Amino acid sequence: MHDIENLGPRIIIWFDSGPLKGLYITETVFWAIIVAVGVTVFALLISRRLERDPKGAQGIAELIVEYAYKIVGSTMGKRNLSFAPFIGTLFLFLLFANALGLLGFRPVTSDLNATFALAALVFILIQYNSIRSRGMKGYLHHFCEPYAIMIPIKILEEFTFPISLSFRLFGNILAGVIIMALVFTGLGYLSEGILHLPIPLLEGGFPLPLNAFFDIFEPILQSFVFSMLTMTFIAKAIASHDDH
Amino acid sequence: MTGVTPEAFVLGLSAIGAAVVMFVGFGVGLAQGLATGKAVESIARQPEAKGDIMTTLITGLAMTETSVIFALIVSMVLLFVNPLVGKL
Repeated sequence: MHDIENLGPRIIIWFDSGPLKGLYITETVFWAIIVAVGVTVFALLISRRLERDPKGAQGIAELIVEYAYKIVGSTMGKRNLSFAPFIGTLFLFLLFANALGLLGFRPVTSDLNATFALAALVFILIQYNSIRSRGMKGYLHHFCEPYAIMIPIKILEEFTFPISLSFRLFGNILAGVIIMALVFTGLGYLSEGILHLPIPLLEGGFPLPLNAFFDIFEPILQSFVFSMLTMTFIAKAIASHDDH
Repeated sequence: MTGVTPEAFVLGLSAIGAAVVMFVGFGVGLAQGLATGKAVESIARQPEAKGDIMTTLITGLAMTETSVIFALIVSMVLLFVNPLVGKL
């Protein structure tokens, strides 16, 4: 379990010499790569042999894809269905990255670097689509709507969105990690220091409801919220063009 | 007041500050309760619009939660990073 004294992600691979001297890999980076590769391999393996009547893993994959298209269609409108692959990938990656605590590892998104990278990706996507749908002139013009005096507020608004998006995910997941670490430390102290049990019996059953909340419910909710806000803001950047 | 070093004083006040910051949870809890109550009312009035109401509610709750998440970050920085001790 996680150590309360040291909240940052542990460094597991580092280079003392050679051309990569000073470079290190933390456990969150390691797990992010594993989750990304795992999701990609799953997708490749399933899409290799597609059958007309889906069964087994292909059924699950079709369910996921269908659901992603349905949600994107109902939130962003039928015209923006081309965003569904991105949103679906984002949701799947976040789901597994958040739920790593279920296996006793550190969730990828409890590292601010991971969430901020994702939010930066979303920010670039929003700005790119805003420019693409409005044109450069319209993009610059929308900063001084309705009044030119609001330019600083508009610019600030563009930049606070990715910051609040990344901190929301990070804060929720890290709060779960801290509470689980506190509960496990407390139960360990109780069963070893006070009751002198030969096996850590208390740590077996009591944290189960907390695990269910912080490692199953919260990851699903937070990945849904992240992809939902991404969809809403991309749709806003595209749609306001059509209104004028 | 002998024996209280400046470091201990700053650490104690940081802990109090971290606790005070989390009072944001009061307002956010009130607001989220009000929003959920309204959503339940709307679902009771129009059960067929449940899916849309739930989606809007969850997105709205996530936006409301932002301030308490920021408070959590500030209080964790105060507790674990101790930026004020370095300024002594």
